[in-house]
This record gives sequence, structure tokens and C-alpha cells, in this order.
Amino acid sequence: MTAEISETGIGKPARRKEDFRFITGNGHYTDDINRPHQTHASFLRSPHAHARIRSIDISDAEKAEGVLAVFTGQDIARDELGGLICGWTVTSKDGEPMKVGPHPVLALDTVRYVGDHVAMVVAETREQAEAAAELIDVDYDALPAAVSLASCQNGDAPQVHPEAPRNTCFEWELGNKAETEAAFSKAARIVSLDLENNRLIPNAMEPRAAIGEFDKGTGDYTLWTTSQNPHVARLVLSAFVGVAPEHKLRVIAPDVGGGFGSKIFIYSEETACAWASAKVGRPIKWTGNRSEAFLSDAHGRDHLSKAELALDADGKMLGLRVKTVANLGAYLSTFSAAVPTYLYGTLLSGQYDLPAIHVEVDGVYTHTAPVDAYRGAGRPEATYLIERIAETAAREIGMDPAEFRRKNFVREFPHQTPVIMNYDIGNYEASLDAALEAIDYKGFPARRAEAESRGKLRGIGFSTYIEACGLAPSAAVGSLGAGVGLWESAEVRVNPTGNIDVLTGSHSHGQGHETTFAQLVSSRLGVPLDDVEIVHGDTDKVQFGMGTYGSRSGAVGMSAISRALDKIEAKAKKIAAHLMEAAVEDIVFENGTFTVQGTDKSMAWAELSLAAYTAHGFAGSDLEPGLKEGAFYDPTNFTFPAGCHICEVEIDPDTGVTKIANFVAVDDFGTIINPMIVEGQVHGGIAQGVGQALLEHGVYDPESGQLVTGSYMDYCMPRADDLPSFRLGFTTTECPSNPLGMKGCGEAGAIASPPAIINAVTDALNIREIAMPATPARVWAALQARQPRAAAE
Amino acid sequence: MYQFNYHRPKTLDEAVKALAGADDPKLLAGGQTLIPTLKQRLAMPSDLVDIGSLTDLRYIKAEGDALTIGAGTKHADVAASADVMTHNPALARLADNIGDPAVRHMGTLGGSIANNDPAADYPGACLGLDAKIHTTKRLIEADEFFTGMFETALEDDEIIKEVTFPHPEKAAYMKFANPASRYAMVGVFVSKGPWGIRVAVTGAGQDGVFRASEMEAALEKNWSPDAVANVKISPDGLNTDMHGSAEYRAHLITVMAKRAVEAAG
Amino acid sequence: MSVVAMTVNGKSVSADVEPRTLLVTYIRDTLGLTGTHIGCDTSQCGACVVHVDGKAVKSCTMLAAQAEGAEVTTVEGLAQDGELHPVQKAFREHHGLQCGYCTPGMIMTAVDLIRRKPDLDEETVREQLEGNICRCTGYHNIVKAILAASNEMR
Repeated sequence: MTAEISETGIGKPARRKEDFRFITGNGHYTDDINRPHQTHASFLRSPHAHARIRSIDISDAEKAEGVLAVFTGQDIARDELGGLICGWTVTSKDGEPMKVGPHPVLALDTVRYVGDHVAMVVAETREQAEAAAELIDVDYDALPAAVSLASCQNGDAPQVHPEAPRNTCFEWELGNKAETEAAFSKAARIVSLDLENNRLIPNAMEPRAAIGEFDKGTGDYTLWTTSQNPHVARLVLSAFVGVAPEHKLRVIAPDVGGGFGSKIFIYSEETACAWASAKVGRPIKWTGNRSEAFLSDAHGRDHLSKAELALDADGKMLGLRVKTVANLGAYLSTFSAAVPTYLYGTLLSGQYDLPAIHVEVDGVYTHTAPVDAYRGAGRPEATYLIERIAETAAREIGMDPAEFRRKNFVREFPHQTPVIMNYDIGNYEASLDAALEAIDYKGFPARRAEAESRGKLRGIGFSTYIEACGLAPSAAVGSLGAGVGLWESAEVRVNPTGNIDVLTGSHSHGQGHETTFAQLVSSRLGVPLDDVEIVHGDTDKVQFGMGTYGSRSGAVGMSAISRALDKIEAKAKKIAAHLMEAAVEDIVFENGTFTVQGTDKSMAWAELSLAAYTAHGFAGSDLEPGLKEGAFYDPTNFTFPAGCHICEVEIDPDTGVTKIANFVAVDDFGTIINPMIVEGQVHGGIAQGVGQALLEHGVYDPESGQLVTGSYMDYCMPRADDLPSFRLGFTTTECPSNPLGMKGCGEAGAIASPPAIINAVTDALNIREIAMPATPARVWAALQARQPRAAAE
Repeated sequence: MYQFNYHRPKTLDEAVKALAGADDPKLLAGGQTLIPTLKQRLAMPSDLVDIGSLTDLRYIKAEGDALTIGAGTKHADVAASADVMTHNPALARLADNIGDPAVRHMGTLGGSIANNDPAADYPGACLGLDAKIHTTKRLIEADEFFTGMFETALEDDEIIKEVTFPHPEKAAYMKFANPASRYAMVGVFVSKGPWGIRVAVTGAGQDGVFRASEMEAALEKNWSPDAVANVKISPDGLNTDMHGSAEYRAHLITVMAKRAVEAAG
Repeated sequence: MSVVAMTVNGKSVSADVEPRTLLVTYIRDTLGLTGTHIGCDTSQCGACVVHVDGKAVKSCTMLAAQAEGAEVTTVEGLAQDGELHPVQKAFREHHGLQCGYCTPGMIMTAVDLIRRKPDLDEETVREQLEGNICRCTGYHNIVKAILAASNEMR
């Protein structure tokens, strides 16, 4: 292997191939693209959380300067377009399928949240479109709104959809109920905790945007959009919404400025831009502003839970009982039903050998923006619950929280939990020990005393988390209600000159696939990193793919590439064998060279690539010319990244300000391709976790349903000075269920960190519970009303 | 943003004339509050009179026992001024902590106080330092200038020229920033000088900046952090929102006042 | 409409635009320099930071007309003669970017910061980044990159 390649091989911190364009201002995000003769769209949004639309008068808007068209829900209905869909069907415990209210692209007769889409204006300029939207006269009959998650299932709560009585979309359960009841009946101690998992607003820095374009000559549509999964967008827009047949719709997701889940979903705006581009006969561009993002990007989290943990007299966990109400918002978004069910309940065993678990989840509608996957999606909610109650239990029985966890860890693999998941491998004690060492756990009492001498309250908190990633085995998710398979595809195209295009169905929007995927190919084929081009995000180039979310691009996306590389290697060996007149079994491929074992005969990669395309020497063989292979990889199991995060906080009791004094994360992600990029993923995840724990809260006015946190003036985004530098470590157990041994790293930080932080805050304050985000005001209020947690008896 | 006419006068006189000649004009200084407001379509002025480039409004003079700062002086200039640092370091530090670095490169003293945002910092300094506000028409005492939330004593065609800050013997400003917006949730400016003792509170009050007379009285008796630490401020008239109750803000006033006295020495 | 002229990345430019045209709109739409981004509408995220007469400003909070006659530098103008600026290099070397969207504003802010405060420490860098929001990196590697560039340029 050349020195150059050994610097960029698997496990090496290769610098990113994609960076040059971003640091020089040459990225191509959707809003950077302008099409000839393009027009601009603006959406009129509902100012009410719930209202009947009596009438919409668009006549003044239509006459306004520069306006080309004004569309309402009636126009879309006339074209018999379908509504937006949820691609996962959850079945209630009584066997009934979830109750789905229709989700029209533009509202028909009712608006159901502030920001709901009422009309679309298309004009020559954006300013003209915005000005004209203000001229649309909508006669609303404002109605009371169901805003509060706690009361939306009450009999007298306003109804979001007539299809769903008591605003209840599903009443789902998972686990072994009878065994759980039995465990509780024999428990020496039951610890219970009421928890809120606060609503978050994703806030990728690039607002959503779209350009729809229709080719009158061919009838082809092209949609540029800020998507994490352009093929899924195309599938939904063609098969369900009916904008155009799949083969007449090209979806391009160019550079995308962050997603965190919020750009998985298919939204009204891009749908309308694609559809209306044929009506207007010109390209239509829409770029959301931040205020629109707050109102209408799918939000995340928003659970209320009651958790109970049964323990025996020695502190061994016997059972877990959970009742959760999960907010779905006003409409089901693309994957929203899966998030508080199969991505949540299935993770409630945590790292623990918990023989009995029973969880009930009510998915409910409210007059708020749709709620769907946000970094971690269900798994942060599960981790928060189990790690908060584990820490609380340890405190209440007077056991060290680290030792309590150690006592209850799963130690034998594979381990079947009572909630579907089969943990394939892990070593939870290794990451706990490494984290304890890194944070100097033994030195904590001295640090606490020193802080006290400065008038500060110091606390420490743990989170030994597990997540299920590498989404996901198709048969498994299919049996649980998914409308799609969750495999991934790859195509490796070797060019005659020996360089390589790799087409992947994964989508990079910050994760660095252009580098890590190329590292795999480069090290496998012995070609320089720069000779590998990763192609993604265009349905006309990549045949199909499921996109990037659920920490799946490495474990699933790269596994597909690995499989395609297996085929490339096999064919290349056949070619080499034929050309060097040897048996295939005697061909050795190493460091980019094919040699005939035991001889000095060899062919370099580039030589073989050219030979594959000239095919001059193929006469008399059954070899096909060319060197291009594809693979579809369907995982056999979820992957189970796990680890231990420990947080130390220092609280100023005068102001209630919490500072993170120390944060250690030790993660087991299996094989790591590029540690620099993996660390970056963890940093970002932890920052979002800190945001959830201390800063961020999506708040609606409980009466009016107005979004109180509609901008950065009130929605507290983590800034650089809110965060410390993080200390990271890794332990490794290689994942047995994929060819690369990878588990995934994209969500761990956001999943693991919130309970570690809140455990530290409650430790510092010596209280049982504080709601997230633990803002200065809340911490101060908690100090005023300090209820010491139940002391160990 | 709605359409408007744009004027870029070369002198203050031209600016006054441009104001007088327009239907519903607004002055544009640094624009760090006005432009976001226009972008949100929350204001629809007929004309913008841009005084941001008037260099004759941009100066810092240390004369006698006061600093006189031109209304067009950027926050960054005040923060970096050796004169301000020498004679009134509390003012330099306050300016250095307004908004963020990019905002400080554009935002001006005059713009800040003319807008009288209840969460702005400079009104605290003006009231806390007994500043004199010189306009194109008159001199206005800080005590008379700030009349309510986003309200000042300024007339429609009156432009702030400069502000005189007498040198304090001791002064400090402590801000508790709103975690999200980073505007002052509570800002307390304390000072001791020829005017006696002043404690000005910004950010917390529903009507904008105000003086905490009970704290001033306590400090008159005993200039020490402990003297204000025991003064409880009434939550009446303080803001309540998702970031904190009026009681919390009242408590923070006491904490920030104590810290400011500590810092002032 | 009125003519607004300035120098952008060393080139004189001039265009007839509406008075309400923001500097960021002038840069992105009129000049086609799309490296400068828009990430919020409340002047807080800093994705739009450029230099006007050598100082970092938020180009979304300034009218193009206010920059009449000014020298403007955008991220596209930072590299000189094909050589990346030390801050650009440091962002790549230390993985100070992920999705890249906040990056141009972050880099322009960092260049201005290092110019104003040549002796930086971690705490100062974090404080001074108050006006730039990144959702991907947790700032960890941005801070590292800025400190490294500041050392490099010392």
C-alpha cells in the first residue's frame, strides 16, 4: 500500500474531500441554484391553531404586481392529488390500525396549526410573492384548539381530526404485561418518576428550500430539494401524492445544510413547487426563512411519561412499567408513528438485564406542528427515561449510580430483551470503566468540595445508553408496520482509466460520506482517495436508495458498497485470470495489484480497468466487457451502539445558571472508518443533547396555540459559550451483523447526553426531578422550593 | 420588507431636512434593530434617512470631567477606545458586551438609546451615569429621556447628536443575558459620582429602564455589595415570560446589583 | 431603483437595485456569490457574515445601499492567489465544519476575531462566537480550528 493510501485508510483521520468547496464558498445548496426563467413562491400560513376556513378570496392577490398564479387547496383537490402520508402504520393494542386524519398539501376547509399551509402565491420575485400573499383574504372561523399534551385526550378537548376520537391516533403497547405485573408484585422496592421529554425544533442551519421545474417537451419534472432521502421523496410524491409517475420525476438533493431528521420528511412546500411548476410553466423556487422553519418543520420529542421500576432487595432490576403520551402534532408526518413506538419502546431495556418490561404509548394529535424524527428519534426519549429512573433508583437505595448500573448490565450476548431487540454484542462495563477513569470519578468529592468553597453547587450524572441503529432489517420493519424496506443500495463504476465513481443511496448532509465512503473504496481497491468520487442525492444517477437517518449510512450504506466491491473484486479477478492465463483461484489482489500466486505475473489496477473496457483480450471467454457492479444490502439485525456519558455541572445558586464543567463520552461504535469524523458526530450530538437538557424548548401558548418560541429570540440555540470542549473515548466490540463491523455514530451524542446532564443537575441541587430544559429560571425556582430527594433509608 | 425611499444625507442638516420632507420617515443609524424589524414586515416607513455614514457624528472626546460620544459612534469604537477605558471602563465593557462582534461593528450609541428597547444596555448606562443627551434641538437629561418601552422624549424630527457621560468615581454594569436572545434579561448599572449614587436597571421592567431608588438609598448609607444584597426588589412591573418570572427577575436585579458593586470596587 | 456601487473581493461592482435590497441579497443574487448564506431572520445566526471595510458585519442586517462605496470581502475573496487563508486551512485540518452551511460566516467571523484579538484563548473564542450559530459541530472543532489559525498567524 502506498504511503498516501495508508494515511487515508480505514481507521485514519483523512481530511474531508468535501471541505474545499465549503470553506471557499463554492457549495451548492438548493437556494444557491437558480433556473432560467424561474419564479418564486410564498406560502400563506394559518395564523390560527384551529379554524374553519369559510372562504378564501384571492382576487386582490392575483391582480398584484408580478403575480403569476395563486393556488389554494381546492386547486390541488381538483387535480386529484393525494395528501401527504405517514409511511409507517402502527396498530393499537385492540388490533385497530392507527387513526389517520387526512393531510392535504394545502388546507381544504380547516387549518390545524399555526403555520399550516393555506395558499401558495407564485410571482416574478420573492418580494412580490410575499406581498401578494398578504393580500389574500381568508375568512376564518377561529375554533378552540387542543394544545396541551396533558389534556388533549380529555373528552371535552377540541378535536383535531374527526377520524380520531379523543385525539388519539393509536394506543400501542409492547412487552410482557403479565410478567411485568408479576415482577412488580414481588418487588422489594418500586421507584417511580414522571418525566417530560421536551419538544424540540430541529433547526438545521440551512432552511428548507425547493425548486420545481417541468419540461413541457418531455413531461419530466425535476425537483431540487433539501432532502436527506431524495428517492423516498420521489416515491411518496409519485406513488402517494401523484405529482408525476416515478420515472417522470427526478429529485435532486444537492448540498444540504444539515438535517437531523427534519429533512427526511416530505412537506407541502416542495410538493406544491413541483406540482405548480407544470401549471405555471416555469420553474418555481421557494426558500423558507427561519420563521417558517420554526412554524412548519417537523418538531421532535414531546412526550409525557410515567415510569416505574421494580427492584429486588439487592438492587437488581426486576421490571419496568411505562405509560407515555406522545405528541404527534396536527398531522402525521412521514415517519411520525414509528418514532414513539418502534424506535422508543424497543429501547427501554437500556443496557440492563431487565426481564420484564411493559410499555404503553398513546400517540395523540394536537393543534401544533407535526412531530417526527429528530436526531435520535424515540431512542433519546427511551434513554432519558431509563437512565433517569436508573439514577433515581440508585440514589434512593443508597447505591453508587455507577455500581448500580454495573450490577444490572447485560453481560451475555446475544441478549434478547422483552421488547423485540436482540442485542448482538457489547461490553458495557468497558465503556463505563473507561468513562469513570477519564472523568476521575474518585476525585469528584474533592471537586465538589472545592466548588462549594466558591459558593457553587457541583453535581455528577451518568448515562449508560444503548441505541438501535443501522436502520434496519426490511423484513423486521415490514412486520412492524413500515411501508418501505430499509436496505441500502450501492453501485461501483470503475472507469477505463481506473478511477471510480461510487453511487450510493445514502445522502450526506454534513456526515462526510464523500470522505469515509471513499476511504473504504480506496483501501479496498488500492487507489488514492482522490480517485474515488462518491455520487449521491440524485434519483437520475443513483437507481434507488433509502437515504440517511438512523445512523444507517455506515452500517447499511457502506455495507452495500462493501458488497458491490466484493463483486467488483470477483469480476476483476476473473479478468486478471483470463488475461494472465491463470486460474481465478490463483489470483491474489493486494494493494491495487493482481498477481498470479507463485509467479511474477501481475497487473496493476489501472491496467486491468482499461483492459476491462477495451475487452480486446476477452475473445474466447465468457467475460462481459466493463467493470461495474451494484449491490443491495439488507441488514440482518439492528446495530447497537452503546457507551457511557458522564457529565459534571456547576450551578450558580444565585442565578440558577448551570455550566457544564466536565463532559466525558466513551462510545462503542464498532469499527470506525474515520475517527476525526466520528468525533465530530459525537460533538454535535452532545451539543444537541445539551441543548435539550439545558436550553431548547419548543413552546406553544396553551390557549391560543401560537408558537411562543418562533425565532432565535426565544428558542435557545446552543452557542459556543454554552458548551465546554468534550472529552471523548472509544471502546470497541465489532458488530457481527454487517461486513464492516460498524454500528453507527450519528445520533449517540443526542441520545446519551440529556440524562447525564439532568442527573448531574439533580445531583447538584439534591432534588429528585427537574424538567428539561433546566433553564436558569427553572433551576432557581427549584432551589427556592427545594424538596430534597428521598434519602436512603 | 416593504418598499421605501432611501436617503443618504451628507450632513446632519440635510438629515433633518430629509426627515421633515417625508411622510413617515425613520432614521437608519446602524440598523441592527431597525433592519430586522423591516425584514419581518413589522414596520412600513415611507422613507429611511441613513445617518450611519455621517462621520461628524462619530467621535469620542474626553474633555474636562466627561466623555462626549457622538451618536453615530459604533459600539465597537466605544469598547476599543483608550479614553473610554481610562475614564469610564464600565462604559467600555458595557459596549463590548452589546450583541455580538458583528452587531457591535454596526450598531450605534444614538440608535440604541433612540430606540429604547427595554432589553438594550445603553439606556442603563445613560440613566446610571446621569448622561446628557444632546439633540439637534436641545439637551435632554437621561432622567427625562427614557419615557417608556420603545418610547423617548425625542420628537419626530429630532436627532441625537451626542451623549455626554460625566466620569464616575466608581461604576460597573452587570448583565444577565436572556439565554436565547442574549439581550439583557436584567442589566444593572451602578455608579458613584458627582451626581451621587445611581442604580439603573434595564431589561427587567415592563416600561424599560428604571432607577432602583431603594438600592441607591442603601448604597448612599454604605457603598458595599452587602448593602444591596439585602435589598429586595418588588416584582410588580417586571416582565414575566417563558424565560423567567417577575420574581426571578426581581431576584436577579439584587444579584446583579451586588455583583456590579463588587466589580466597581 | 438606484445604482449601488462597491468593491467586492477587489472588483468594482455596480448594479441598479431597489433601496430595500439587503447586502446579502446583493451579494448572492445580484453578484452570484452564493458562499454567503442566510440562516435566520433575526440577525443572530451569523451565516451571512462578510467584511465591510475590514470589519465583520451581518450582511442580512445591512442594506446594500449602506455599503455604497465600501470595500466588501466575502468568503470567496478570502483565498489569495489560490492559496487558502490560514483560517480556511485550519477549519479543514481540524474538522471545523460538517454540513458547511454556517462555515462561511464562521470563517469570516474568525478572521475578524483574530485580527482584533491576536492573543486568543478558548474562553474568548467561545464568547466571541456569540453571533454565529452552528448546529453540527458542537463548536468543539471550530474553537480548535480558530485557536490553531490564531497560533499559525501570530
